[in-house]
Amino acid sequence: MLVTLCVNGEDSTTDVLPRTTLVDFLRHSLGMTGTHVGCEHGVCGACTVIVDGDAVRSCLMLAVQANGAEIMTIEGLADASANLSPLQEAFHRHHALQCGFCTPGVLMTAHALLRQEPNASKERIREVISGNLCRCTGYMPIVDAIFEARSSYQPASPATRARGR
Amino acid sequence: MKTRPQIVGTPLERIEDHRLLTGKARFVDDIHIEGMLHAAIVRSPVAHGLLKGVDTQVARRMPGVHGVFSAEDIARDFGGVVPRIAIRAIRIPELEPIEQWAIATKKVRYVGEPIAVVVADSPAEAEDAADQVTFEIESLEPVTGWRQSAAGTSPLFDLPVTNRAITYTAIKGNARDCQGAYTRKERFRVQRHSGFPMETRGLLAVWESNAQRMTVYGAAKVPFFARRTLAAAMRLPLDAVDMIEVDVGGSFGMRGEFYPEDFLVPFASKRLNRPVKWIEDRRESLLGSNHSREMESELEIVCEANGRVLALRGSVAVDAGAYVRAAGVIPGRFVALMLSGPYDIPNIHVESVLYLTNKAPVGTYRGPGLFEADFFRERLFDCAARDLGIDPVQFRRVNLVEESQMPYRLATLDFPEETDELDSGNYRATLDQCMREFGWQEKIGLQGRLIDGKYNGLAVGCFIDGGAGGLKEHARIELENDGQVTVYVGSASVGQGLVTILTQIAADALQLPVERIRILHGSTTYLKEGVGSGYSRSTVMGGSVVLLAVEELKRRMRDAAAKKLGCSPDEIKFERDLVMTAGEKKLGWEQLGSLGLAAEVEFVNHHHTFAYGAAAAHVAVDPRTGKVDLIDYFTLEDLGRVINPLTARGQAVGAAVQGLGGVFLENLYYDADGQLLSGTLADYMMPTATDFPSVRAEAIGLCPSPHNPLGAKGGGEGGVIPVGGVIVNAIAAALVTMKIDPKELPLTPEALWSLIQSADGRSSV
Repeated sequence: MLVTLCVNGEDSTTDVLPRTTLVDFLRHSLGMTGTHVGCEHGVCGACTVIVDGDAVRSCLMLAVQANGAEIMTIEGLADASANLSPLQEAFHRHHALQCGFCTPGVLMTAHALLRQEPNASKERIREVISGNLCRCTGYMPIVDAIFEARSSYQPASPATRARGR
Repeated sequence: MKTRPQIVGTPLERIEDHRLLTGKARFVDDIHIEGMLHAAIVRSPVAHGLLKGVDTQVARRMPGVHGVFSAEDIARDFGGVVPRIAIRAIRIPELEPIEQWAIATKKVRYVGEPIAVVVADSPAEAEDAADQVTFEIESLEPVTGWRQSAAGTSPLFDLPVTNRAITYTAIKGNARDCQGAYTRKERFRVQRHSGFPMETRGLLAVWESNAQRMTVYGAAKVPFFARRTLAAAMRLPLDAVDMIEVDVGGSFGMRGEFYPEDFLVPFASKRLNRPVKWIEDRRESLLGSNHSREMESELEIVCEANGRVLALRGSVAVDAGAYVRAAGVIPGRFVALMLSGPYDIPNIHVESVLYLTNKAPVGTYRGPGLFEADFFRERLFDCAARDLGIDPVQFRRVNLVEESQMPYRLATLDFPEETDELDSGNYRATLDQCMREFGWQEKIGLQGRLIDGKYNGLAVGCFIDGGAGGLKEHARIELENDGQVTVYVGSASVGQGLVTILTQIAADALQLPVERIRILHGSTTYLKEGVGSGYSRSTVMGGSVVLLAVEELKRRMRDAAAKKLGCSPDEIKFERDLVMTAGEKKLGWEQLGSLGLAAEVEFVNHHHTFAYGAAAAHVAVDPRTGKVDLIDYFTLEDLGRVINPLTARGQAVGAAVQGLGGVFLENLYYDADGQLLSGTLADYMMPTATDFPSVRAEAIGLCPSPHNPLGAKGGGEGGVIPVGGVIVNAIAAALVTMKIDPKELPLTPEALWSLIQSADGRSSV
């Protein structure tokens, strides 16, 4: 089946088997291996991508279901010259990653959350991020990093203006 | 001379992070090689049975299939014998008959044991064809616990004739005859659980028939051992096999040991003369990657009336699973060897018996044997302290090893004989500091109190964390012609921040900015020999060999500079940024960079390091539901010398949360048929962000290790070790009026609720 979708601002049309999951399509058809597979049953959140603005587990969605969708993956978070986004920078500063395998999924969940709720409380952040398993950090630094990055998602913040994003 | 500010000891943000944050990392499943095929493994659905036959005919004809291999096919290539998975840690002849075959031959011994390998164009086609492999298994009585194993009604092997794999005994003084004013004997149990990194295991094997070479991507933890094992199993010369370490998504002891698939996938690649990739799925991970922790102890403590411990004696039954794998004996050895932890206990006699069962084989999980030992010992200590009417903190204080007793000898273990020494430390100082920073004095008034319907409880416990295992580490250092220094090191990265740590150490030693240092690690292509990571060794052993390498490079640079400047090497002084001076004369790396100066060194170490510390917890227990809230948890560890406080704290917090998962959530639960009932992450529950939001940790450098030039001690595991003992002691303290003494993990709400329901004089809340 032909699937047309837009990933990180680039349109593509690809022929895929109907049973291909969205994550396998992204990783193996498009070669975008930043999105990871941790359980293939929708629990760990490592495969989280943003589909039409919402954080979605790409192991539970078929590629054909994403036809016509706008998708953002970890590869689209930093800018074109690979400068880290404020969210990524906060993860770096807070040591919010160790092995880094769950990190792309965590970042996508956090990015979708802060775009929708830039004033999310720590409790809210913790609640939302509880859908992503991390085996290394114990989550404390992840929550701190997301909380710190909130300002860059708030519309009138000086940080947003300064970065022009 | 003007020196650079010291980088060791500063919270340098990690060098590894950028690629990992931007999706540019390269984990093994991210590698794509043209012509690559995919493997799927057919696994036994039966826990114990005679394998009567495997039929691969239908599967072979399925679309996209290139090959299907059973034990018969494999044996044909190896003179009729299926290779076995060699024990890595402490291999003795007695254990060789129970090493695992790379694929099941005449018998299956656990659900998940490989029966056949299917290789196809895509993973989906390989899985489709795997479903078409048929086999006949004549079921035998499954052995699903150590008691049943001990009864011996259903032996797993012809030899040994019993299901007792081995009995280790740890002895010190004369514990058997020891008498004291107080004794108490208790049974404790820790459930089966394990590390389960977020990245499942996987490998990509590439056989090049022209060169007769095997390259395996995805090695972790101990790549050099894996190379030796694979070369021996495939009957290839050592230098025809290379292990390539790419990004590794966590190990926690489990990942990187040699497993059946580490033979089966390279075998398939060689037979088909194509690259073959296999990525474990989560079900396979839970079914077949090394399990750990499952033990039951019966221990007796002997004390004087003042709480001084005179002896610990008893036995530990280890449910070892179906075979003894690479590091399968370690938990059972360490639980006995290190049962005394940081305490001065003059008499010890502990037997640790490894029982074979029809469950997945065990291996190491962060703090192997020590998490269990701490739970047993610290629980027993609190029981004894309460009986004797002694404050549990005071009980610990009088029994801690004193600084003046260092080095302090632990018990002696057999098969083979092994003992160990606590190297250095001020154990009381860390206990005091832990309590201070936890706020013990401010919180102790809450002990046992019912507030808002929940009982509050506090506890503190002490621990040791053995490190620097493995005798050696290796490194090669090169001065590049652009002024960079490259260090190739045998240590492996499993996600712990190895590159940052080793860069900090090298930067100080070379007086160079971190940007001019490049650390390359793990792969067997870099060095002739190496060891890896595990046993909290990568900072101590890797860091020490980096120091040696820098010294050797400087010696060679000094010799070369002396020749150029026409002076003796002794006159050469090193300034910062690789500038050398002799009196007024001066020379920089620019004049030496083209000489190809390099050195290969090894660091040899016969002593383990023992980091140590204390941890404290404050819990609130809801007696109506059995739910426990963790109000505060603080863990303090003396690492001898802290290289990077940011990553050290990260290790401790992450390890503590893993320990909390082991206390409350994680359980590899088998039914009476030997079927794993927690085979998904919805059933095998790992901690999430909402479970334990109040965990704090600190690493200090109080008492350096005398055994390595850094003074550092291994610190990756200390965070997990005390968790079981401290948490359950806090729960027992909260429920002291109900006389509840939980003795088994996991302490799920249901388990605790049941204890509360059955307790005498239970509260009417």
